[in-house]
Amino acid sequence: MIQRIPFLLTAILAVWVAGSIRAPKDKPADFAVAEWGRLPVVYNGRFQPLDSLARNSLLQLREKQSLNTESWKGSFDKPKIISATEWLMEMTMNPKVADTRTVFRIDHPDLKGLMKLPMDADASAQLDGKHFSWIQLQPRLKELQDEAKRSAAKNEKHRNPFEKAVMHLWSGVGLYMRMQNMIQPQNAQDWNAELGHYLTTIEPGRAAAIAQNAGKEYDKQALEELMRDLQRFDAMTQLEPPLVVPPAVGADHAGHTHTADEKWQRMGEALMQIARGEPPGAAVNNYARMASAYKAGIPGAFNEAVRDFRVSLNANYHRQLGKAGSEQVFNFYEPFYKGMVLFVIAGLCAISFWARPAKWEVLRRAAVWVVLLGLAVHTSGLLWRMILEGRPPVTNLYSSAIFIGWGCIILGLVLEAFWKNGVGVVISCVCAFSTLLIAHHLSLAGDTMEMMRAVLDTNFWLATHVVIITLGYSATFVAGFLAILYIVRGFFTRGLDPATAKSLGKMVYGITCFATLFSFVGTVLGGIWADQSWGRFWGWDAKENGALIIVLWNALILHARWGGLVRERGLMNMAIFGNVVTAWSWFGVNMLGIGLHSYGFMEAAFWWLLGFAATQVALIALGSLPTQWWRSFRNAAAS
Amino acid sequence: MTYLWKIFTSLRLTVILLGFCVVLVFLGTLAQIDEGLYGALARWFRSYFVLRRAGDPLYVPPIFPGGYLLGILLLVNLTAAHIKRFKFTWRQAGINLTHTGIILLLLGQLITDQFAQESILSFREGETRHFSEATQQWELAFVHPLDERQEQVVAIPEALLRDGAELRDPKLPFTIRVRTWWINSEPAFRAPMQQTDPPISENGIAKDWDFHAIPETKKMDERNNPTAILELAGAKGEVLGTWVVSAWASDAMMIQGVRNAYARTVGADSAQTIADKLGAPQELEAGGVKWRMTLRAARFYKPFSVTLLKTTHDTYPGSEIPKDFRSRIRIDNPDTGEKREVEVYMNSPLRYEGLTFYQSTMGRDDVKDVGRSGLQVVKNPGWLTPYAGCIVVAIGMLWQFFYHLTGFIQKRRLTAATA
Repeated sequence: MIQRIPFLLTAILAVWVAGSIRAPKDKPADFAVAEWGRLPVVYNGRFQPLDSLARNSLLQLREKQSLNTESWKGSFDKPKIISATEWLMEMTMNPKVADTRTVFRIDHPDLKGLMKLPMDADASAQLDGKHFSWIQLQPRLKELQDEAKRSAAKNEKHRNPFEKAVMHLWSGVGLYMRMQNMIQPQNAQDWNAELGHYLTTIEPGRAAAIAQNAGKEYDKQALEELMRDLQRFDAMTQLEPPLVVPPAVGADHAGHTHTADEKWQRMGEALMQIARGEPPGAAVNNYARMASAYKAGIPGAFNEAVRDFRVSLNANYHRQLGKAGSEQVFNFYEPFYKGMVLFVIAGLCAISFWARPAKWEVLRRAAVWVVLLGLAVHTSGLLWRMILEGRPPVTNLYSSAIFIGWGCIILGLVLEAFWKNGVGVVISCVCAFSTLLIAHHLSLAGDTMEMMRAVLDTNFWLATHVVIITLGYSATFVAGFLAILYIVRGFFTRGLDPATAKSLGKMVYGITCFATLFSFVGTVLGGIWADQSWGRFWGWDAKENGALIIVLWNALILHARWGGLVRERGLMNMAIFGNVVTAWSWFGVNMLGIGLHSYGFMEAAFWWLLGFAATQVALIALGSLPTQWWRSFRNAAAS
Repeated sequence: MTYLWKIFTSLRLTVILLGFCVVLVFLGTLAQIDEGLYGALARWFRSYFVLRRAGDPLYVPPIFPGGYLLGILLLVNLTAAHIKRFKFTWRQAGINLTHTGIILLLLGQLITDQFAQESILSFREGETRHFSEATQQWELAFVHPLDERQEQVVAIPEALLRDGAELRDPKLPFTIRVRTWWINSEPAFRAPMQQTDPPISENGIAKDWDFHAIPETKKMDERNNPTAILELAGAKGEVLGTWVVSAWASDAMMIQGVRNAYARTVGADSAQTIADKLGAPQELEAGGVKWRMTLRAARFYKPFSVTLLKTTHDTYPGSEIPKDFRSRIRIDNPDTGEKREVEVYMNSPLRYEGLTFYQSTMGRDDVKDVGRSGLQVVKNPGWLTPYAGCIVVAIGMLWQFFYHLTGFIQKRRLTAATA
């Protein structure tokens, strides 16, 4: 029975994971939230389901993918939590209610002061002191705008924390207004009826306008009525909300036939076009039906409109529907979150194995099985993202974290296959968990599948240079964490017997060779890409230099070992410093705000990086202490 | 001598040099914040020593080996170690290949550093150019038309333009004395009725425009705009007058910028008049011919011409994220009879006649309301060495890696079998 534990544990976990890979279902008598969330829109230059739009918007506003509508309650008092899609439905179709939701997270006390918001939590007044609603912000928007204008004039690098908070809130306000004008004018009361009325005013209004232009007598009221609506629609368009209206496939006025991907429109633009004589399309009609039914609280009518719209899309936009649906399933699947859980379980098994390695081999095997499952889940997430984006795995900082983790898992498993002493699995788990945690924090910045800027728009180089250099990062981190394992186990426990110590030495050496190969080839390929796109192989750009430092440092470790300048412990200390070097290249150079690869100054991350570097230096100091202080070696000497 | 030989072939030296390289690259990256890319490049990487200067940030050490010194020492170390230890065995083949590749890469970079030349070819749709322009260097050019299609050009490079320099050229019927040379300067319009100080000179643009020196900039996104005051003397020593030449006056985009700046205060029409005075050609008659003089971006003439036919600038739908930049150009080469069209876009440069053309900048021309495009033109005779070097090193490393890996696996199999 005990021998079956690895299999059983893995099977149970696999069922848990597999159970979540399916499209979310709606209750028949309720609003079809999930089905609505699968509708495709274009935002940030890419097709995405409304579900992703909702999640990324909430992330930007309140750093969460769901909305706690009773945020003043403690988590044990069961506050009501609604999904991002439900929130977006309110935003777009019943903004009055949405305006009462506390979706704006504000932490800076001066900003709260500026907006005259309550500073502290007070459950009796339904306040948590951190989250605020549109109604609370609205009276002071003018003041916010003034501050935002002043801050915007400053260079991003010179803004103080208050000004940054102002800019962040201001962009949140913009996003909020954009969402409320995505489907209907935000002040619509019964949009379907208003749309119907608008359609009847077009003809008389146009006739009046023509008469006015010709200097004849005209129906003033009809013209004004039409103009009032057109102004509303123009205001919608000006806010640049997501594109929700697909073009009619076929030739347009100028005779150009366009493909289904181009020329999606904003609702405001489509409504204006109706006045020019275009018939209202399925999107305009059905979204209006949804809006009115939703506001009136009639699920049946709403669901029918959603279904009708999907049917109309299915003819020409089958691919976009499919992609949006697939992305929604991916959003609910959450493979990287599940991966984190699996790696924690596996890591605990493997570390427990070290307590009694002779007897508890079954735990080590269980750990290997669960890591294999974790690898499968991680890989599925990686592939899914690649298919959705149509890109190689690494396209931005977020996906680099995911991919570094992936590389570490595989390297760790390879080490485990050779040595079978638990070290490889622990490394897999620790590295994968940490990188996924970093990825999670990076994902809070918003859409992780944003489009690639023109210069990066080349799958060949993304697939070669970026993948290889990222594997180089993985390997350097693996070597560094192996070394940390050596020092922590050796210094604090008696577990580092000579055989394990020797095996760790070999592992670090082997992985460093691998790291040198990949970081070198990756760096040179980057140079060749630069030569292809900018005309110089090497420009001493900050990111290039970061990669070069990794290569130099790995080469230095190898030469120091070949020359006999360092032994086992020296090798370990140098490998740990490799962590600092790699973290610098990965994140640090982006923080300098110089060069071609700077993706903006990341202040919060800066302190984390500094903290990480400090811990690594502390570990090196520990590793340099005389061996008689090490628990493992002291014992060995005594026995 | 044997002592020196021992040092130069030692692994210890390699490790020390690599350590210095790590620190140098790190500091040289940090320095870019304060010194700008080009400043840091010249001071840290294209130098033998870095010396601490007054006012430097804390991280700058009193003295530090520069990029050239470390590069050369590494090259010597590498070569010497190979001469001493070279043996052909399968075991060593990987290491040998790797190091040969690295020598190639280092040499390639040295060649690039010495011989590469970068310039910009900037034009608007419909325009034809037969030269590209430097972004950092200037030249004082005297031009006189020979006939309708050709002109004679005497260009004096920036390096010779120094305070008090006396310049002669057999093709020029006059001598040039540089009274002042400002590496960076700003123009100011001499508004009638308001300016009481005398102008720098009564000749040419100086009648209407004053110039004054401003500090040199080192930022990557700014450039220096020099101005020079010249005194010209004829063949017999007679004074021909004082002239002001300025980078501000030689470039259509600069003049357009000045016009836009003035338009805010004096209105568009007056601003156009003012700007026209800045851009007015400056001519001097000497020896019976008219010479036009300009201080302009140094030009690199080509034996062919390039015409910009069309620019494309696409963004992703509903967003400002750039998706595609491309220029459709035509090459006319009278030597080869070529007259062909080609497209240059991101990650797809044109390689032609030893030059490479990259899509670099894109914009619109306010005046003509047509697209503008800037192509980076690079001449780099060593451009192939990194490709070769990379392949050699990669083969070497892979060889080494798999040689050891297979050895390691065999050994483990053996121990497993005997255990």
